[in-house]
Amino acid sequence: MTEATLERQGERAAQNVRGAAAGYVPQVRTAARRAEERPAAAAPAKMAVRDLNLHYKDFHALKGINLEFPKNQVTALIGPSGCGKSTLLKTLNRMNDLVEGCRVEGEVSLDGEDAYRSIDVNNLRRRVGMVFQQPNPFPMSVYDNVAFGPRTHGVKNRADLDEIVEQSLRDAAIWDELKDRLKKNALGLSGGQQQRLCIARALAVRPEVLLMDESTSALDPISTAKIEELVGELKQKYTVIMVTHNMLQALRVSDKTAFFLLGEMVEAGDTDDIFTNPDDPRTADYVAGRFG
Amino acid sequence: MSPKLTIAYEAGSASAASAPTGGIDRFDALYRSVEERHRKKRRVISALLRALVYLGAAVTAGVLAFLVGYILVNGVPYLTPSLFEWEYTSDNVSLMPALVNTLLMAALSLLMAVPVGVGSAIYLVEYAPRGSRFVQVVRTTTETLQGIPSIIYGLFGMLFFVTALHWNLSLLAGACTLAIMVLPVIMRTTEEALLAVPDAYREGGFGLGAGRLRTVFRCVLPTAVPGILGGVILALGRCVGEVAALIFTAGSIAQIPNVLEGAGALFDSTRTLAVHMYVLASEGLHVNETYATAVVLLVMVVLLNLLATFAAKKMNKGGKDD
Repeated sequence: MTEATLERQGERAAQNVRGAAAGYVPQVRTAARRAEERPAAAAPAKMAVRDLNLHYKDFHALKGINLEFPKNQVTALIGPSGCGKSTLLKTLNRMNDLVEGCRVEGEVSLDGEDAYRSIDVNNLRRRVGMVFQQPNPFPMSVYDNVAFGPRTHGVKNRADLDEIVEQSLRDAAIWDELKDRLKKNALGLSGGQQQRLCIARALAVRPEVLLMDESTSALDPISTAKIEELVGELKQKYTVIMVTHNMLQALRVSDKTAFFLLGEMVEAGDTDDIFTNPDDPRTADYVAGRFG
Repeated sequence: MSPKLTIAYEAGSASAASAPTGGIDRFDALYRSVEERHRKKRRVISALLRALVYLGAAVTAGVLAFLVGYILVNGVPYLTPSLFEWEYTSDNVSLMPALVNTLLMAALSLLMAVPVGVGSAIYLVEYAPRGSRFVQVVRTTTETLQGIPSIIYGLFGMLFFVTALHWNLSLLAGACTLAIMVLPVIMRTTEEALLAVPDAYREGGFGLGAGRLRTVFRCVLPTAVPGILGGVILALGRCVGEVAALIFTAGSIAQIPNVLEGAGALFDSTRTLAVHMYVLASEGLHVNETYATAVVLLVMVVLLNLLATFAAKKMNKGGKDD
């Protein structure tokens, strides 16, 4: 993505936001382009949550969430801090299991299978990979970072590992930058490189779904643009679910958007609809930047 | 986000949040009258504090330098080859047996204390539910144990290992007592080191589908190793320098345990360097040799610390850019 395109998109998004604030629905030029990209029929759900309730001790963090995540699409979860979007994301690969006093009720399914009762948790986390807010490469070499997952799941052969590492780094669009530095410690990379390395590390175990928890919020604009572009490519192979604080990012990157407020899901639908023609006034206020 | 966008937002907000109009209001006048006086006062206080800090540093370094210098001046001239004879006799108070015993004793105690201490710390931090009552009780107990005078450990070792278990005054009884004594040190430092490892590493491991064991040993422990080694160095120092606990448990026979006995050697009474010094000093017959022994003990502690630091660097090399 060139900087010029980026700028144009930013302008466009700004127009949208200003337009929505002024109370009229602007023409969205992106809509037509998106419609071309999108599969004609509604994509089947890769993951789904039904009647999901989550409590942290006494705190009711998620209230009766029903949501489907279509295959090979990018779904963005937006909403103000503390609205439960990250919590929902962590429910999908059971990272909430690690939180003391967290109780999950309802159903989370992956390809129709019950993620909490019929899939082994380590297997679930292999199939539903995660990229975190802060880049968190392990303090080891670039190669060992990417090979960590495959080794965890039993890949021992050096040639296989070499191939997986190269392919994953290529998929994360960072192979050219790192191919001569595979033996270097990953902590020496820049923040943006570290985050793409973490994406490569997640891809190395061949996940089906990729969860991104505000994965660009700690990065500079150029690294962010690279990762956004990457997400657009990744959805060919993977189903991507991302939490973002940046509404323009949701607008740029996602196909579907779900808006959360105080533990409830207010509205979900095609991203363009959510941003230009929301059903709920709270959604309209939020995407127009009137609160949050 | 594009630069243009930012400008657009700023332009929108600039008119709304215009600066307050000029002119001296009440607060400006107040600050003007107060500021000068306050600045002078602050300068005096900060000079005073700086002097105190320098003084503290100087006293600390000075005392250490004096101590080391005093021992070196008094001890080095009496460092004769005869002090390093293999046999200790009442005429030639050779420190060689004690030197070997010290190494044996420290190695044996750490061999027992390190796995148990590191293991229980890993359990407390990584496995036990966070903030559970049990963890709190164990932590408080460990902290209390850390503060108990070594003579109490010595007394316990004598009653339990020496008397009840009939181990007599022996290398093993001494090493077990020392192990119990340094266990809390190792546990606490390991715990701190593990707690300092960011959760991001744990999340990274779990997020890739690694189990707890693999996550702890491959993602968390490598980062904590320098901290853990720091605790081991501390424990080593206490083992090497301990007297009180050992007099009651290991005795003071200045002989290297007879290795030909095999396991029986563990039950020989041994005298470590620190105990050796204590005995020589209390007898008062070999004051010069006592200082010479102190020099050797000092050098040994420094060497062991350097060795451990070197080991930490070596192990941590994976953590720095090669």
